[in-house]
Parts: sequence; C-alpha cells; structure tokens
Amino acid sequence: MTASRRLGWLAAAALVVGLGAAFGYAPREAVQGNVQRIMYVHVPAVLTAYVAFGLVLVGSVGYLATRALRWDRLAAAAAELGVLFTGITIASGSIWGKPTWGTWWTWDARLTSTAVLFLVYVGYLLLRATADEPERRARFAAVVGIVGAANIPIVHFSVKWWRALHQPSTILGPEPSPIAPPIAHALAANWVAFTLLFAYLLTLRMAVARLEEADAA
Amino acid sequence: MSRYAGRAWAVLWKDLLVERRAKESANALLFFTVTLLFLFQLALGTDRERLEAVLPGLLWLAVVLSGLLGLGRLFVAERENDCWEALRLVPGDRSAIFVGKLAANVVLLAMLEVVLVVLVALFYGVALGHALPALAVVMALGTLGLAAIGTLFGALTAPLRAREVLFPVLLLPAQVPVLLGAVSATGTALAGRPLADAQPWLGLLAAADCVYLVLGVLTFEFVLET
Repeated sequence: MTASRRLGWLAAAALVVGLGAAFGYAPREAVQGNVQRIMYVHVPAVLTAYVAFGLVLVGSVGYLATRALRWDRLAAAAAELGVLFTGITIASGSIWGKPTWGTWWTWDARLTSTAVLFLVYVGYLLLRATADEPERRARFAAVVGIVGAANIPIVHFSVKWWRALHQPSTILGPEPSPIAPPIAHALAANWVAFTLLFAYLLTLRMAVARLEEADAA
Repeated sequence: MSRYAGRAWAVLWKDLLVERRAKESANALLFFTVTLLFLFQLALGTDRERLEAVLPGLLWLAVVLSGLLGLGRLFVAERENDCWEALRLVPGDRSAIFVGKLAANVVLLAMLEVVLVVLVALFYGVALGHALPALAVVMALGTLGLAAIGTLFGALTAPLRAREVLFPVLLLPAQVPVLLGAVSATGTALAGRPLADAQPWLGLLAAADCVYLVLGVLTFEFVLET
C-alpha cells in the first residue's frame, strides 16, 4: 500500500471516529440542542481552511524563491482545498445560523471576513484557470497568493471594526462560556480527522497536478 | 535613491503626458464617473436625506468602479505597442516602474475624485465646504491603497486573455479593507466631526497602504518578467 493510500485510510478512520465522537460521545448541548453538533464540522473546516491558505503563502514564496514547480503545485492544491473548506465553513455556518439566529446569513464580522476570504481565493483560482502557460501562471499566482495572505489580517480587522462601529451591542450573546471537556474532545477528534483528510487530498491533488504537467510537456 | 526616484518620475511623467495628449480615454473615464452619479440618483430617488445618508458609500463606489476601468489601463497601453519590452530594459531596480505607474494612477484617480466631489456637491445639493480638508486626507489614504493593489493587479492581468473579467475579480475582494475604512472615515468627515473620531480607520488605511505598497514594490519584479 502506498503512503498516500495509507494516509487516505487513516483519514477515513479518523472521520469515522470523529463522527462517533460528535454524535455518540459529545452530549446534547443544553441551549441549542442537536443543532450545535454542526460545530464539529464547522470549526475543523475553518481551521483547515486557514492551514490551507497558510500553505498557499508557503508555496507562493517557495516558488518565487526557487522557481521549482512543485512549490506551485503545493500552492495550487492548497488554494483549491482552502476554497473548498471555506465553502464548507460558510455552508455549515449558514445551516447552523438558520435555527439559532433565525437567519441564513447575517453580516457578522467573522462571517463577512470569511466570505471575503472565499472571494479572494476564488479569484486566485480563476487567475490560475485563465493563465495557461505554466511558468507564468505559477509566477502570477504566487504574487496573488502572497497579496491574499498579507491581506488576511487587514480584512479581519477592517471587517471587525466595521461591525463594531455600526452595531456596538452585538446580538450574538455574552462571552462564550468555557467549552465542556467532552465537547472539546469531540472537537479535537474532528479537527485531527479534517487535517488528515486535508493532507490526503493535498497529496492527491499535487500528484494530479504533476501528471497534468508531465502530460502537457 | 535619487536615480530610483528619477526612474519612477520618468514613468510618471510619460504616463501623464500620454494621458494629456490622448485625451479620449481620460475623458471617457470622466464621463463614466459622471454617469455613475447620475445612475445612483436615478436608482435611489431624489430623497435628499436618504442620499446624504448613503453618500459616503456612493462616493467610494464611484471611485472603486472608476478604478476598475482606469487602473489597469496604463499597463494595457504598454502591451498594445510592445512598449512593455522597452520598459523591461530599464536598468537597476525595476520596482521603480511600479512606483511611477502607481503615482500616475494616484494622480489620475485624484483628478477624477476632485470632479466627483464637486459634482456631488452640485447635483446632490450637499454643502461640503467645511468637510473638505478632512475629506482630502481620507481620500488621499483611500486612493493610495486602492491604486496600489490596482496597479499591481493591473500589471498582472494586462497580458492575460480574460483580463476584463479577471482584473475586477481580483481587485474587488482585495480592496475590501480600503472600501470599509474609506467609507467610514468619509462618513465622519462629511458629518463635520473631527477626524480624530475616525482615527482607528485612518490608522487601518495607512497600514493597508503601507502593506500594499511594500507588496507591490517587492513582487513587481516577478510580474514584469516574460
């Protein structure tokens, strides 16, 4: 069995454990009920997305420094997965928001900045899709990947203040209470599972990109 | 350093000269901006209170949309006549070209904004006189940030097939912090309140300007290669 295959099975097993932890081990949340269990997808997805965008930066800088296309493959694969996991984050948050907040969408600070991030990296992927020459595509994408990553904190603060200044008293309730240990454990299990899944998909996507390049050459 | 500034100045001077001699595109851009103001008014109705309430947003939407048309232009012109190749022959640090192009874009956007503010005062019947110094500060900070990303992405998308779509798709999400900060601070300025009230926003705009400027200078070299 190849290393990649093993990683895939490991990710699958971890996801099963994560599902078990989310539905069997973690208790039903007192206030929100079962809806809260969406968190076991939502939070690992957003953490994974941030790891992915971090890897886009690593791959982009790596490519410009070395001009080796494997860095570009890393950035490209990580960007696709980052957009995927950001999409999962937004969708799961929206599904959670409907019963909890009574609306599919609200211009909450974190929601808004996640949506902006989503658009930034969709733009990155669109750029990759239209620039056909591999060397130039890698170079231009690296520049956009670096700008996108540097922009993350600026977007974060601007959106946070935008909400704070428009709506001083937030409707989202008091400070989050400390998370109960079983819930934290289930969250950790799912985070590990998502990270493994991400690593597996990343290696697969990079392998496909390598084959595509070999085919084009 | 002075040679660096000299190169940037040469690019700036050349671009402004081209704009002045070939008036068509600058004029078209100006009329585009005026038309936007007209459309905003038609879409929102003539209720003065409502217009005044959303004026900071409208003002910056007009700037951003004009930027979409205008900011990429300086590089497309270089592409069309193969001037790109000559530009790349500049000796030394080629980020001076970025600085020059950015300066030209800032000057052009600023001229557009002056017209915009005058027309807003005329058409929407808003008294802006007292707010002008504060407005100038906010507009300078916002314009620099918008132009910095616009210049970098404009250079990047100029040689690509889908340039017309890609440029907005890249620029619009990236400039969100500039838009948020500039609209909020403009709101403060237009309300006649001291700029100190918008200090966090001005700080954010200044920080964003610095980051985009540094990113542009550092990465432009990679955009310029063929």
